[in-house]
Amino acid sequence: MKNPLVRQALTLWVPLVLTYVIVLLLVQAGVVDAYMQVTIATICINIVLAVSLNLITGFTGQFSLGHAGFMAIGAYATALVTMRFDSIVGFIGGLLLGGIIAALVGFLIGLPTLRLRGDYIAIATLGMAEIIRILLQNFEFTNGAAGLSPVPQYMDWTWFFVLTVGSVMLIRNFVRSRQGRDAIAVREDEIAAESIGVNTTRSKVLAFTIGAFFGGVAGGMYASYFYVIKPEQFGFLKSIDILVIVVLGGLGSLSGSVIAAFLLAIISTLLQPFPGVRMILYALLLIVIMIFRPQGLLGNRELSLRLLPGLRKRRRDDAGTEAA
Amino acid sequence: MSILDVKQLTRSFGGLTAVSHVDLTLDQGELVGLIGPNGAGKTTVFNLLTGVYPPSSGTIVFSAHGQTTSIGGKAPYAICRAGIGRTFQNIRLFKELTVLENVMIAFQQNQRYPLPTSLLRLPGFGRAEDEIRDGARELLEVMHLGHKAEEYAVNLSYGEQRHLEIARALATRPTLLLLDEPAAGMNPTETANLTRLITQIRQDFGLTILLIEHDMSLVMQICERIYVLDHGIVIASGTPDEVRSDPKVIEAYLGEEVDHA
Repeated sequence: MKNPLVRQALTLWVPLVLTYVIVLLLVQAGVVDAYMQVTIATICINIVLAVSLNLITGFTGQFSLGHAGFMAIGAYATALVTMRFDSIVGFIGGLLLGGIIAALVGFLIGLPTLRLRGDYIAIATLGMAEIIRILLQNFEFTNGAAGLSPVPQYMDWTWFFVLTVGSVMLIRNFVRSRQGRDAIAVREDEIAAESIGVNTTRSKVLAFTIGAFFGGVAGGMYASYFYVIKPEQFGFLKSIDILVIVVLGGLGSLSGSVIAAFLLAIISTLLQPFPGVRMILYALLLIVIMIFRPQGLLGNRELSLRLLPGLRKRRRDDAGTEAA
Repeated sequence: MSILDVKQLTRSFGGLTAVSHVDLTLDQGELVGLIGPNGAGKTTVFNLLTGVYPPSSGTIVFSAHGQTTSIGGKAPYAICRAGIGRTFQNIRLFKELTVLENVMIAFQQNQRYPLPTSLLRLPGFGRAEDEIRDGARELLEVMHLGHKAEEYAVNLSYGEQRHLEIARALATRPTLLLLDEPAAGMNPTETANLTRLITQIRQDFGLTILLIEHDMSLVMQICERIYVLDHGIVIASGTPDEVRSDPKVIEAYLGEEVDHA
């Protein structure tokens, strides 16, 4: 009856709105200092990056090492557009354009490579991201290795909140739909998926394209917050950073990615003065997870698992009473 | 009316010819067995019929709903959509998904709704999802798995997993169903139940069934015709009685008296 809606309001919308309002008040009251704001921004960007990569790697099972490439495309598109059209319309347009170009590149790269199985995709995506970085380094309109600055800053807490929550919700909606189930079937068993009529290539390319789109959006968020973007920021290590978040949270768990993004952004910000230790810690963390929790913090389950069995049971009861 | 017409089907892997010049015909509504010793090429025939690999030579023509499709070289998903469903000898379920989701994924291939509807939860999403869920649930009931709908597939017993594979194949709305050793690993009671179930779904869904099986009691009991495959060649075909008394079949299964190895 009305229960699922009420439950959704209580478990989803109320906490979200509360988070938004509380942080907004804290920022305006000056309690959240500039340093903490950077941490919040990093968390939001990493959530979008991780959730979109999780769609590709965790849900669809395609091992991608090139997510920083999509991020770079989004960052440069947003920067170039807003530097020319310094207005809120330019910002939204740049963000969208970045996402669309990233999606297009993802589509074009995915179409030939995703037909292949296994490691080819990792190598192809790695190559793609490197090519993007090197192109950005050599094009004149991207200002070479010096990068672009100053990028007009439009990202504030409200934008971060809207874009992060929006991205996670859209990807969640995708995962819990016909198209998302097709993608998960591909991950589980490609031959079985084909045998029941799933066009696996199409399914993989679709997930890859959508993941690339949100990777681009995350790049735009980055560019419009941090003033300066350079090709070197979007190298191989950035792709690994994102992958670490996804693996730490659990392949196939969106809430896991969100939690891991929080965790790692906090650790990473705390360790910013010691860049060497940061990578060592990442490596150590990965090793420790591999040993004690190979499936990641949440495995492939969601945080709301405690709620889900209840929902499922009731659905079954409904069906039972209807039948009777 | 023939629904499947296979002519001179051949498949080689390197120097090995797994399937050689196989002719096979299935009429609408028939229940036909494909038997033979281990390594005879039975599963390879299934894999050729479902597009897992393309044939080296030969033709496969499938006719359903007044449409004639040439199968050779088609992708497996396209063959499935043309109306051939299958199960696997080495069970291939989506293990980390629930029993219901396994069947839903097959069922939703015929209940499509566009991407924006998914992403933005546009009107119609809930109804489409309900239809998929209800349709899948119905098939689970048919296969006696209704009470297991919310279990993870990996937690099912062996026999239940085989039932789930059949439910998933049925959800693709096939006209021809290929069952690859559906009774493997089942005890006699389970096999007897399965035998009844196969006859029942064949009737209820108007299916034509081709099945690979080692359990001879099942094969002899329900198959109207049988093809016997040995070393990739059809060595005999006919009614169960004809096949049973065929000296070539006895030789393939039990060996000749003179040792030629």
